[in-house]
Amino acid sequence: MKILVGYKRVVDYNVRIQVKPDGSGVVTEGVKLSANPFDEIALEEALRLREKGIATDVVVATIGPADCQAHLRNGLAMGANRAIHVVTSEAIQPLTAARTLLKLIEKEQPDLVILGKQAIDDDCNQTGQMLAALWNRPQATFASKVEISGSTAKVTREVDAGLETIEIDLPAVITTDLRLNEPRFTKLPDIMKAKSKPLESIPLESLGVESGDSLKTTAYAAPPKRSKGVMVKDVAELVALLKTKGLV
Amino acid sequence: MESRQLIDRRHLDFVLDEVLGVDDLCRYARFAEHSRETFGAALSLAQQIALDKFLPHNRKSDLNEPHMVDGKVVLIAEIGEAVAAFCEAGFSAVLADAGRGGMQLPFVVAAAADGMFCSANAATIAYPTLARAAANLLEVYASEEQKRLYMQPILEGRYFGTMCLSEPQAGSSLADLKTTASPRDDGSYAISGAKMWISAGDHELGENIVHLVLARIEGAPAGVRGISLFIVPRWRVNADGSRGARNDVTLAGLNHKMGQRGSVNTFLKFGESGDCAGYLVGTAHQGLAQMFHMMNEERIGVGLSAIQQAAIGYQYSLDYARERRQGRHPDQKDPSTPALALIEHADVRRMLLQQKCYVEGGQMLAYDAALLVDRQHDPDDSVRRDSAALLELLTPIVKAWLSDYALRANDLAIQIFGGYGYTRDYPVEQCYRDNRINPIHEGTNGIQALDLLGRKALMHDGAALKILAARIAASCAEAAAIAELAPLSRQLGQALVLVRDTTQAVAARLGQGEVRLALANAGHYLHLLGHVVVAWGWLRMAVTAQRALAAGNADSAFYQGKVQACRHFFAAELPQVELAAKLVASAEASAYDMRDSWF
Ligand SMILES: Cc1cc2nc3c(=O)[nH]c(=O)nc-3n(C[C@H](O)[C@H](O)[C@H](O)COP(=O)(O)OP(=O)(O)OC[C@H]3O[C@@H](n4cnc5c(N)ncnc54)[C@H](O)[C@@H]3O)c2cc1C
Ligand SMILES: Cc1cc2nc3c(=O)[nH]c(=O)nc-3n(C[C@H](O)[C@H](O)[C@H](O)COP(=O)(O)OP(=O)(O)OC[C@H]3O[C@@H](n4cnc5c(N)ncnc54)[C@H](O)[C@@H]3O)c2cc1C
Repeated sequence: MKILVGYKRVVDYNVRIQVKPDGSGVVTEGVKLSANPFDEIALEEALRLREKGIATDVVVATIGPADCQAHLRNGLAMGANRAIHVVTSEAIQPLTAARTLLKLIEKEQPDLVILGKQAIDDDCNQTGQMLAALWNRPQATFASKVEISGSTAKVTREVDAGLETIEIDLPAVITTDLRLNEPRFTKLPDIMKAKSKPLESIPLESLGVESGDSLKTTAYAAPPKRSKGVMVKDVAELVALLKTKGLV
Repeated sequence: MESRQLIDRRHLDFVLDEVLGVDDLCRYARFAEHSRETFGAALSLAQQIALDKFLPHNRKSDLNEPHMVDGKVVLIAEIGEAVAAFCEAGFSAVLADAGRGGMQLPFVVAAAADGMFCSANAATIAYPTLARAAANLLEVYASEEQKRLYMQPILEGRYFGTMCLSEPQAGSSLADLKTTASPRDDGSYAISGAKMWISAGDHELGENIVHLVLARIEGAPAGVRGISLFIVPRWRVNADGSRGARNDVTLAGLNHKMGQRGSVNTFLKFGESGDCAGYLVGTAHQGLAQMFHMMNEERIGVGLSAIQQAAIGYQYSLDYARERRQGRHPDQKDPSTPALALIEHADVRRMLLQQKCYVEGGQMLAYDAALLVDRQHDPDDSVRRDSAALLELLTPIVKAWLSDYALRANDLAIQIFGGYGYTRDYPVEQCYRDNRINPIHEGTNGIQALDLLGRKALMHDGAALKILAARIAASCAEAAAIAELAPLSRQLGQALVLVRDTTQAVAARLGQGEVRLALANAGHYLHLLGHVVVAWGWLRMAVTAQRALAAGNADSAFYQGKVQACRHFFAAELPQVELAAKLVASAEASAYDMRDSWF
């Protein structure tokens, strides 16, 4: 079984995001970039399936600028067998990402695609769903448990009402939630081994993907600072205050 | 504060990549498999494990000191988990040869990785780094058989190690150590004696502990020339590597420390029942020289560990100064105006900038010295020779200046927190306590100062100092070409003249046989030379920063911060060398002449 894993590079979750003074974006100069945490969970799940003998081949893929190579090497060091780098200098939106991943699916013919439920830069939560629709295969999003038997996957999903378990036929798209697993630490010797693992670069233009980018960003701004709170002496006063503010 | 901001990776990358250009090391055969990418990946891994596994129990292990139950040391479980994560990731073998399963990383990169663990939890990191130091020593001096039995399991994270030098009556003065070794028929030695202050001397983290013990073989000459180095395992090891019977090493007690409480500190007795097996490492009577061979690296480690505690205290206080609101400007009388963030006050900014100067300048010096260790792999032997000489000279400064000024930085961090800094509800008081050991162990700072002035500065006719002066002069020439830095370049040039004149005055006094008086102000001399080399580091950082600014780098605030800190160091710190130089050159003697009975 072959698994394709989406492995996006984003501003590290430890970095305090700053908006550029001219509002044209967020500051990325000198800022640490690393794997989208949900994608690390996706890779971890794929590696565990390989360790259980269910998968044999784990391929990590990213769509991003030329300097994403080091990022993909991290995925290889964590344990992926191969990496595919779709090179583009432009930031792309979910539909374009889904169409690009579909091209990789056509090329690689995976039995399972695991993506993060969202990326922590734009928090879109769309790519996995769009990809399943374009591919015309089942999807199980927000996974907190995955069990594969034969050509079906039993997936426990985190939904508003609690947990929901569904069974889907493979090939399919699964997107990960935070509680699915705890990604492993890389090992130093594997950083060295990753250097000789295959990493294929494909220019985005060469895939013939029609751009689906339809949103235009006009400006970025930092969220307003939280205004000062007031202390109330008891529940009655709280309720009265909420009423006067029209909140209840 | 969230753990996320606590390690300033941007500064680290700036020093390693932009100022020192450590990827230059990849042209050496030993590091040919490496690249900036592998260095970066190793550092990121260290950062992740430090924040996830070491930082979270830092306070808990301070509050839950190791204790003894039925003769065994009990540690909180998190220490074992963190150490296991460190070892499993391969950090025990980070420097070791690829052939032994190591990563063969340059010392400077490994030191930077260690630094992150030191910031996160100085006590827990002591266990695996002491083990690694023991392995490094065995790599150089032990026989292949000893390496197989005692070193390889350390590299694999299964065994731990200690350094057993100190005894109750022999701390600074190892010449007085009394532990003895008597030859036995099977070629091993029976060890007998007591060792005090042994860090990580007993615990259950691994399968075995390899004590590296300094002892005197029966009939050996007195003093430092009669000391040999022995492997003394806690459990004996059979020829096939399996664990044998318990060796005669007993845990006689625990020391209760001011800080770094999570790292157990022990009083050990060897051979109480007359059956403690020890195995000679290398040549008899060469033990101290062998131990000191490793000491350069260990002392850089101590300086770096100190400055990393300062670094995290600085980050805590910076964050606090941005959040806490208090008071108004001296010319703002209207009480209805909102209180200002502490960072708005000039005096608070001074305390932050002073910390930045010590921390970042200190890190620069530590990495610069660490890089000299890696220069031993340069194909050109004049590079190797000069680097070795410079490393000898800088080592006492790295150890002592960094550990002194790191404490000052922690003191300032507490001050910024005001009353809250004095409580255990905030982390900065622990930083200070954890850091207080560093001027004491691995040779006290007083001993470092004597080593610097009494030996290193004057050795081979001052050869090392000349190499240093030439390098500083070259940096001054570079800075002189940048208008903003030209005055600073001149100022450092003048300080260099002061170093030369002061050193000559000491040499002359030593030549007249006034050894005690000439060295009486050695501490001031270390302060003088320390400030000069840290100023040198700041000037180089400022040159790099000015160039980035001139090139229009978008991260201008970062680079402006470097230039400004450099200016502050030259304005408020570097002028202090004049007083130090005067005291040393004139052999100012008020303390020297003070009598015991006058106190
Ligand atoms: C937490 C901790 C961990 C340690 N870990 C280890 C370890 O793992 N292994 C190990 O072997 N040791 C260890 N030590 C011991 C440490 O190296 C010694 O404490 C140190 O060398 C100082 O020795 P001392 O404590 O006997 O002080 P002393 O030698 O009594 O010194 C006291 C003071 O006198 C000064 N002084 C002494 N002699 C001179 C001199 N000739 N000239 C000028 N000033 C002098 C010193 O600078 C110092 O200020 C540890 C100590 C501590 C506190
Ligand atoms: C052990 C202890 C015992 C105490 N006992 C008492 C007691 O019995 N009774 C009592 O009333 N109080 C007591 N205090 C409170 C003590 O007086 C305050 O902690 C102290 O006045 C500092 O105030 P703060 O802690 O709020 O720090 P902050 O005022 O927040 O100061 C933090 C830092 O900012 C600096 N700073 C603040 N404002 C300015 C400014 N305008 N310009 C420049 N720098 C500024 C300060 O110098 C300090 O470095 C005690 C505190 C402690 C820790």
